[in-house]
Amino acid sequence: MSDALNQRPLTARLLATDGVVTLDRYREAGGYEGLRAALAMSPEAIIASVREAGLRGRGGGGFPTAVKWSLVPDTPVQKYVIANGDEMEPGTFKDRLLLERDPHQLIEGMAIAARAIGASVGYVFLRAEYFEAARQVSAAIADAQAAGWLGDDLQGSGFSFHLHLHTSAGRYICGEETALISSLEGGRAIPRAKPPFPAVAGLFGKPTVVNNIETLCNVPHILRLGADWYRGLSRTDEGGTKLYGVSGKVRRPGCWELPMGTTAREIIETHAGGMRDGLKLRGFLPGGASTDFLTDAQLDLPMDYTHIAKSGSRLGTGTMILLDDRTSLLGMLRNLETFFARESCGWCTPCRDGLPWTAKLLGELEAGRGRPEDLELLARQTRLLAPGRTFCAHAPGAMEPLQSALKHFREDFERALAPAAIGEAA
Amino acid sequence: MKMLTEEENREIDRERAHYEQPRAATIEALKIVQKHRGWVSDDAVAGIAARLGSSPAAVDAVATFYNLIYRRPVGRHVVHVCDSVSCWVMGQTKLSDLLKARLGIDYGQTTPDGRFTLLPICCLGTCDRAPAMLIGEDTHRDLETLDAAALDALLERYP
Repeated sequence: MSDALNQRPLTARLLATDGVVTLDRYREAGGYEGLRAALAMSPEAIIASVREAGLRGRGGGGFPTAVKWSLVPDTPVQKYVIANGDEMEPGTFKDRLLLERDPHQLIEGMAIAARAIGASVGYVFLRAEYFEAARQVSAAIADAQAAGWLGDDLQGSGFSFHLHLHTSAGRYICGEETALISSLEGGRAIPRAKPPFPAVAGLFGKPTVVNNIETLCNVPHILRLGADWYRGLSRTDEGGTKLYGVSGKVRRPGCWELPMGTTAREIIETHAGGMRDGLKLRGFLPGGASTDFLTDAQLDLPMDYTHIAKSGSRLGTGTMILLDDRTSLLGMLRNLETFFARESCGWCTPCRDGLPWTAKLLGELEAGRGRPEDLELLARQTRLLAPGRTFCAHAPGAMEPLQSALKHFREDFERALAPAAIGEAA
Repeated sequence: MKMLTEEENREIDRERAHYEQPRAATIEALKIVQKHRGWVSDDAVAGIAARLGSSPAAVDAVATFYNLIYRRPVGRHVVHVCDSVSCWVMGQTKLSDLLKARLGIDYGQTTPDGRFTLLPICCLGTCDRAPAMLIGEDTHRDLETLDAAALDALLERYP
């Protein structure tokens, strides 16, 4: 167990049990010792430890966690820590595992984050459909409170941290951290302009840190076993392990905690068992619906933030969606863009109007009614909805699979033009 | 006219205590009312607004924004079919066509006996076991080869 825990800190505990890791089991395997260490440290020392570990946000952005924490001003006002458990990025199913099976790990990570920024109240923001996770998190909060790991004066340290569960009512945009704050305040989940950043003016206008579930689950281990150990888990310069996932037509779809920087080939071929018989891999979205396609020529890339960014995509959530040679690329894109159109919050015009237009053009192409100019129109959408043209990252994210498909799989678009249109063009 | 029951008010007050501003409990309040009544009526919107010191317009703006708040009556069981990308790759269209045929309704409709409402939903976060759907609070997975007989048997569990 301790070997496994040293190599796969986030999941070794839950893999060793059938159901949920209870408080007793969690404690037996070193649980809450990271928090105990943190309670004896200064906030600066906690942040320094997370910085040295090189922890980056696992929700898709990859922002350095310690930097996010250090932006919180050192003033004696109410502050908040929020765990972003609104896992709704299509193709992403990693935080669910951590929430349903090892909720104390999350609670411990949140309490350490709270200690680091001086927050006395926290919320677990959970998507509505994760009913089992809600039950487990809620029960774990009660158990942690009864054992003195949450509430007033944690373990006699003088530090207090109260944690509440908030279950949402279903909207993808809640995953965007400022939209999440709008939602937690009881409003429509509309993103907010930055600056001011949530670290300065977040929930109810107070300094707030929002971290992804997987990110927070890394924190107890860094505090318990140290930054050097944590960096050593990785195969590249970026610290730690990563929960990678594969969905699509492979033999064994799933989610595995592996060293950061494991190659896409190893994840797909070794862990997911390769493609089903008779199917070939054409491409993959490396980290959810809002990441650029990579192709079978890029399988040997280490899956970390830097390598995937250099290759023209993003690590995103690290959960891959595969495109095989019998699945229609245009159908897949139409599905993706329909999702983004439906989930646009409607606040800014390019996103509200541009995404349905994009989905409609793809639908026409898929149905064999495409016109030659539609390809240029689609390319133009990717420019009109590029970063900086919209209020938040929703529409630019939606353009990532489309712009990369236009680059890598141009022939699919051309082949889909209506026969009459091709005749006219010729 | 009494718009919310005592029990609903009590549950809402308990959630309200978690936030520094009462309005923050709007989504919880909508979910509480919906749990008791199945959907959220205009009266309930007004009742929540009164309880939280908000306005009916503000509460309705929230209620209409979220996918899982129903502003119209729904069936006893809501069937949500995941129609996001991984499920689509794994045959979601076949699953939703089968559901529409067996229930005799399209998305957004309720069976005449008031038993089922059918709706699409975003990625359910269970993509390694796609295609998937949610019936009430139960997630059903690995439905790639589900046929009419197996679907009927599954639906039998929801009287």
